[in-house]
Amino acid sequence: MSGFDWIVPVILTVITAATPLVFAGIGELVTEKSGVLNLGVEGMMLVGAVSGFITALVTGNYFLAVCAAAFAGAVMAFLFGVLTLSLMANQVATGLALTLFGVGLSALMGQEFVGEPISALNKLNIAGLSDLPFIGPILFAQDALVYLSFAMVAIVSWFLYKTKAGLVLRAVGDSHDAAHSIGYPVIAIRYLAVMFGGAMSGIGGAYLSLAYTPMWAENMTAGRGWIALALIVFATWKPGLVLVGAYMFGGITILQLHAQAAGLNVPSQVLSMLPYLATIIVLVLISKDESRIRKHAPACIGKIFHPAA
Amino acid sequence: MLLKIEKRAEYSKSMVYLTPIIALVLTVLTSIVLFESLGVNPIEALYQFFIAPLDTQYEFSELFVKATPLILCAIGLSVGFRANVWNIGAEGQLTMGAIVGSSLFIYFPETDSVFLLPAMIIMGALGGAAWAAIPAFFKTRFNANEILTSLMLVYVALLLLSLLIHGPWRDPAGFNFPESQTFSESADMPILISGTRMHFGTLLALFAVFGAWIMMARTLIGFQIKVIGEAPRAGGYAGFSQKKIIWFTLLFAGALSGIAGLSEVSGPIDQVVPSISPGYGFTAIIVAFLGRLHPVGIFFAGLLMALTYLGGETAQINLGLPVAVTGVFQGMVLFFLLACDVLVHYRFRLNIARKATS
Repeated sequence: MSGFDWIVPVILTVITAATPLVFAGIGELVTEKSGVLNLGVEGMMLVGAVSGFITALVTGNYFLAVCAAAFAGAVMAFLFGVLTLSLMANQVATGLALTLFGVGLSALMGQEFVGEPISALNKLNIAGLSDLPFIGPILFAQDALVYLSFAMVAIVSWFLYKTKAGLVLRAVGDSHDAAHSIGYPVIAIRYLAVMFGGAMSGIGGAYLSLAYTPMWAENMTAGRGWIALALIVFATWKPGLVLVGAYMFGGITILQLHAQAAGLNVPSQVLSMLPYLATIIVLVLISKDESRIRKHAPACIGKIFHPAA
Repeated sequence: MLLKIEKRAEYSKSMVYLTPIIALVLTVLTSIVLFESLGVNPIEALYQFFIAPLDTQYEFSELFVKATPLILCAIGLSVGFRANVWNIGAEGQLTMGAIVGSSLFIYFPETDSVFLLPAMIIMGALGGAAWAAIPAFFKTRFNANEILTSLMLVYVALLLLSLLIHGPWRDPAGFNFPESQTFSESADMPILISGTRMHFGTLLALFAVFGAWIMMARTLIGFQIKVIGEAPRAGGYAGFSQKKIIWFTLLFAGALSGIAGLSEVSGPIDQVVPSISPGYGFTAIIVAFLGRLHPVGIFFAGLLMALTYLGGETAQINLGLPVAVTGVFQGMVLFFLLACDVLVHYRFRLNIARKATS
């Protein structure tokens, strides 16, 4: 067994690297399913990360920190909603604006806190089970957010495909005019979907600043918000595949970190490029099949809804 | 609802010009609240941001130094945005332009020829264009979203720059700092006004403004870009190739961003360093929109955003405000602009009739 001692720590780090992507990806999935493309994930994650971090530092209460992050993300998403849903602004441009604004805002909020250390989010300890060899530390000794991320995937999956509300949400995303004429409140539903996406992005960001690297640094998301957006295309808008994709990207991130630590004879910068290059390659491979994308993508994504009457 | 949003029969021309101004006024009003909450006298802060940086001739020239890369990148991006090609990787294209352009000097530092700088500029344009060709190829050949691919390539380009500057490009006589040797005179951008840092790149930016203006207003490709952007189907019936437009707009933006990058390293920076741009490529997105995707508008928007960079520095020195205020400010401008744009195509009506009947 001793030759395989490295497996457990590697899997553990993959989980921490994947969790922010799971949150951001599953949130944005719901947003996109309602027919809205919010490119501001990166900005919402950053504001979530800094809000969660400051709350944790000041109060020491991590539950409150996660709530603050979710709230901050949702507020950012609400701003996006006001612009794109109420004022009918272009979603692509507004999403970019949200990211640019989030980068600046988070830097401003966090400037006094750069480099201040906090202790990482507690790992749960499930009596008896956590001590099991191999599966114990992996399955039964994670922090609460990891379990929450899995729960969210299950809940979103159930909600979208097994509940009436989920059906309505998908209908709004596929044909807002039809949904509107049956009498569903298209704009209100989209507001909720967008804000859910924001809250999840906020938590995803907070996972970075509370657990992955328990500190705040400007731009600490390093493109993960964009990777989360790519994940949804990769997953062809299916919740389960978002999870798979997030762990794949988490795996690549960790692989390159371990390769750097192992002193592999490749410059660290080349290894750091891997997650970004992998994103591009995956996008290309998935998008190649245009009909498959068209079949799964919400038909109204990115389109502005203005009730004619 | 008391207010009702109604679609205008035709878009409002006056609003096209008015909304950037309304957006700026709203940004200034909001930033007064922001400064107040940061414990700074808002009047003083606004003075430091917008007036103080223009005090002297030197500082005035700095405005053009900062505006040059913004305008170059934004002109390129705007042409793509017109055609609904969402290239957001100008920062990466700028970086590649700087790398490829300066490689000539790095590998042939002894060259003392009047052709060195022109060759570097051309190489810079090619480097940026090559980097933008990657999303163009993936988009046209594999239908891969150019927003995501161009953005991912920003990170790759920045890492490549870091790789070079921490490795083979490091100045052997530079005490191990991650910097290249400083550029020789023949690799430097000529200074336009002595005593300032205003350089030849500014002329290139002006040239780009006029060139793009003529291209969009007077040439077939400009017409095709506008048609594909506003009515893709009509463009299709007219036989315009969407793929050609994707290629053209990306290569065009890449080349201009590449020139912007090169003119930074052989202009104000004068050597290759790990961080060439404080996010000019991203701010250029704001500049493009604030300038209404029109070359002349972009020129003024570029100067204005340049002012926020200078103002941010002045406010940091004189008031101790964090530099990040600049980013918040820039983000807010774009936010308010997009919000106000509703007025171009829609109008607000008081919903009085409905109230009376109920």
